[in-house]
Amino acid sequence: MRLTQPVLGRRALAAAAAASLAGAARAQGVSGKVTVVTSFSNDVTAPFKRAFEAAHPGTTLEVQSRNTTAGVRFVQETRSNNAVDLFWASAPDAFEVLKKAGLLEAYRPRAQGIPDTIGPYAINDPEGFVTGFAASGYGIMWNERYARANRLPEPKEWADLAKPAYHDHIIITAPSRSGTTHLTVETILQGEGWEKGWTTIKGFSGNLRQITERSFGVPDAVNSGQVGVGVVIDFFAFSAQGAGFPVKFVYPSVTTVVPANIAVVKNAPNTAGARAFIDFLLSVPGQEILLEPTIRRLPVNPAVYAKAPPGYPNPFNGTIGLPNFRFDLGVSERRYAVVDALYDQLVGTNLEGLKRATKAIGDVETRLARRDNAQARALLEEARALIAAMPVTAEEAASDAVAGSFSGRGGPGPRQAELEQRWAGFARDKYTAAAAKAADAAKAAG
Amino acid sequence: MSLATTEATAAAPPASRPRRWAARPGEAVAFALVAVFLLAFLVVPVLTVITVAFQDRATGGFTLAHVGDFLSNDLFMRSFWNSLYVSLMSVVVASLIALPLAYFTTRFEFRGAVLVQTLGVLPLIMPPFAGAVAMGLLFGRSGSVNLILGDYLDINIPFMEGLNGVIFVQSIHYFPFILLNLSASLRNIDRSMEEAAQNLGSHGFRLFRRIVLPLAMPGYVAGASLVFIKVFDDLATPLLLNVREMLAPQAYLRITSVGLEDPIGYVIAVVLILFSVLSLWVSSLALRGRDYATVQRGGGGLARRRLPRGQAVAAYALILLILALVLAPHLGLFLLSVATIWSFAPLPDGYTLAHYARVFAESSQYITNTLIYAGLAGLIDVVIGTAIAYLVLRTRLTGARWLDYLAMSALAVPGLVLGIGYLRTYFGVTLPDGTSVTAFWGIIVLALAVRRLPYALRACTAALQGISSSLEEAAENLGARRSRVIRRIVLPLMAGGLAAGFVTSFATAAVELSATLMLVQSNADAPLAYGLYVFMQSPAGRGAGAALGIIAVVIVGLSTFVSHLVTARGGKESA
Repeated sequence: MRLTQPVLGRRALAAAAAASLAGAARAQGVSGKVTVVTSFSNDVTAPFKRAFEAAHPGTTLEVQSRNTTAGVRFVQETRSNNAVDLFWASAPDAFEVLKKAGLLEAYRPRAQGIPDTIGPYAINDPEGFVTGFAASGYGIMWNERYARANRLPEPKEWADLAKPAYHDHIIITAPSRSGTTHLTVETILQGEGWEKGWTTIKGFSGNLRQITERSFGVPDAVNSGQVGVGVVIDFFAFSAQGAGFPVKFVYPSVTTVVPANIAVVKNAPNTAGARAFIDFLLSVPGQEILLEPTIRRLPVNPAVYAKAPPGYPNPFNGTIGLPNFRFDLGVSERRYAVVDALYDQLVGTNLEGLKRATKAIGDVETRLARRDNAQARALLEEARALIAAMPVTAEEAASDAVAGSFSGRGGPGPRQAELEQRWAGFARDKYTAAAAKAADAAKAAG
Repeated sequence: MSLATTEATAAAPPASRPRRWAARPGEAVAFALVAVFLLAFLVVPVLTVITVAFQDRATGGFTLAHVGDFLSNDLFMRSFWNSLYVSLMSVVVASLIALPLAYFTTRFEFRGAVLVQTLGVLPLIMPPFAGAVAMGLLFGRSGSVNLILGDYLDINIPFMEGLNGVIFVQSIHYFPFILLNLSASLRNIDRSMEEAAQNLGSHGFRLFRRIVLPLAMPGYVAGASLVFIKVFDDLATPLLLNVREMLAPQAYLRITSVGLEDPIGYVIAVVLILFSVLSLWVSSLALRGRDYATVQRGGGGLARRRLPRGQAVAAYALILLILALVLAPHLGLFLLSVATIWSFAPLPDGYTLAHYARVFAESSQYITNTLIYAGLAGLIDVVIGTAIAYLVLRTRLTGARWLDYLAMSALAVPGLVLGIGYLRTYFGVTLPDGTSVTAFWGIIVLALAVRRLPYALRACTAALQGISSSLEEAAENLGARRSRVIRRIVLPLMAGGLAAGFVTSFATAAVELSATLMLVQSNADAPLAYGLYVFMQSPAGRGAGAALGIIAVVIVGLSTFVSHLVTARGGKESA
């Protein structure tokens, strides 16, 4: 049943698309080869390729699969004789880099009915260089067999992940390696404020088993049962379920929605073709392809959800809870590299120290739950404060002196490596002190 | 050692340092060609990328500030010592694995020696991503071994954790470098050396320690230095095991962060390159002043003898045990390629051939491309490797040794840096039809050849070190021209080493990904590793990726087997 439906659907889609767009295509003179550099897997690109080529007879979509880093570098290095029409990926930071380098061309698609925002997030680049075509929600994915064997409770909220039960069972990608994780971290920081936000982030980070360096490493590890719980984008979990893995997924009541984007590359050899593909992505038939079980992303056109199977998450009607504040792109951009480096230094390189302190606190906490002790509680609070301490304030993080060090150009402040060394040392000292305090608390608890 | 040295040289004329001829025109041309190749496809592209390491951010002028940052940063210094420790220990463990395999298969009448030699190469071919998943499924914390151990004994062995995990995986992965080069050396030892020692009353372990091992030193050092440098520069394994505090992963993480132009990453790349050259220099010191060449070709290497029954059983058991350990990842890969679902269980839930069907239906072009690319790259490597080895060992050209160091530095260049360098240097160059040179698949072949040249080069050098120059002198005295001497004397005697070089280059080129991912410009021109990458990006593609990995292993295994057969037959003919 599940297998046959999409096939029929695809044919119908292609036919509809052909009917509605063929005329427009001829009028624009769209033809030839449209080259797209993408980080998406074959499962995502193949259905779009089929449908697009059917809708525009005479065009071929040439898909070049590269990971995001290689893709960005490729476009940068080949700018003198550009042969790429489109850049198509999830990571918002990759588009930011290309836009700043002047490698993108603005295009405002003709599609109607697409709102400006999903929750606090803008769907499109305000200057029109980058177009959001789909969204995905962040959530928690876990391996059922692993959870049963290790007696892990089912997680529901982000805060659950900071509980002692999950110690050493969680996996995540570093924000410096994944633009989508970065967006999640930034959302927590903007939603809860700098100090409290970092406390939350360090809270669940103290339970990490691994920080992977590529986004797909997270679902890979959870699928094979190497790690129990992963912080992932929804479609990773859904496609794993589709492939038959014993994994479950939940959206916490407030989550981050990450846009997936597309942009026309400057001096594209086939600009008309590139624009036609973006228009196709945002057209109703194009958006409906997103609903296919192998893709499972959230369309940006709210009307398309009418055709979605029952139970399909919908950020426009509240099925997915979104934070209710306005995401400030300016703030995010100014401190982008600083937030990444802070996470790398405070958590990444100091993970062992952070885990040791978190474990010590968790152990005392478990004992205090059985027999309370005021003095031990006070010491635990001190230990928590030590973990939460930050080497820079929100204002400093966005200042020229700090942020300038990460620009790769000259700045008034210290060099990046000097700052990183300082932050890593700061965190190491604090975590050691926190572990000592927790040991004191353990003694006090008796 | 000194005994063996004198014995070895006794066979050659007293002034037995390899005689060096003055540069002839042919040699000068060869030198120039190799130098141009290395400059064009290694030095210039890499320099265009890593000069950032010495650039002042504000002025663009020269600065050593970033190097200072590197030296004063705890993390980097800790990473440096970790890398050093892991590399040295990996050489030790890899030697323990390789020595028995090489020794038993070359020195005794051993049924299935060619098979053992072939299987021994397979660990080098660990397909990207798929290999990592397979290793995790077997040896990880929730891998088959630990799940079974946990069920029965309630213990968990951290095979894949921390620095020791890196040593474990690296040794399994790279010991074939030692195995291949050592076997080639052992086969080239003159039987008369051994017989002379036996006539003088030496036998057993003493014979091995004083005669066989010292004479096999060039091969061993070639292999061990490769293992050392490769482990020092490798980033895939530490990243797979989530060990970041080593130099290569530090460089990689910094160079591949999107939009971050941090010069430290390139400083680390420079450190890696310098250190590789340095360790090569140290290993050449170990061989300096000794002569390993032997003259007589007493029937192609050591006499093979029959093992007594009891010892034979023990030897077979030992070898089977070692093979089982080093081939476990491939067993895991195979299971993954026929598994329906494999998750947190000692064995897959069910079995299917669907993944193979999918691979053959969707991606047969990858297989042909890989054969062509890796084959061409292997050939280029053997040709250039022989040329460099010859220039270094047989001519007086100043700078020949620098070609050697230069070529070896390719080991330390991250594939991504090489890929970026190629685009930066050659993208502007267009073919007659207006497309860029970099869109031509030949550029992938060149990148593969440069990246895998060090393997072939070490094998060729070891092979040439084992040939006495007096044979060449004799031929020249009989009136043969230099080119004829090389063709009729040198190359045939080097055949074993050339085959070893070709196999290592070919096998490792077949699964190279990082430079490939940068340079592939159309699906039709993509090699297998790229296909693997595309598959492994989705959960449904895991099995298909593993199937493609198994196909790579089979292809490389078959080619290795054939080249071993050819060498074995060639050896008999020359005898």
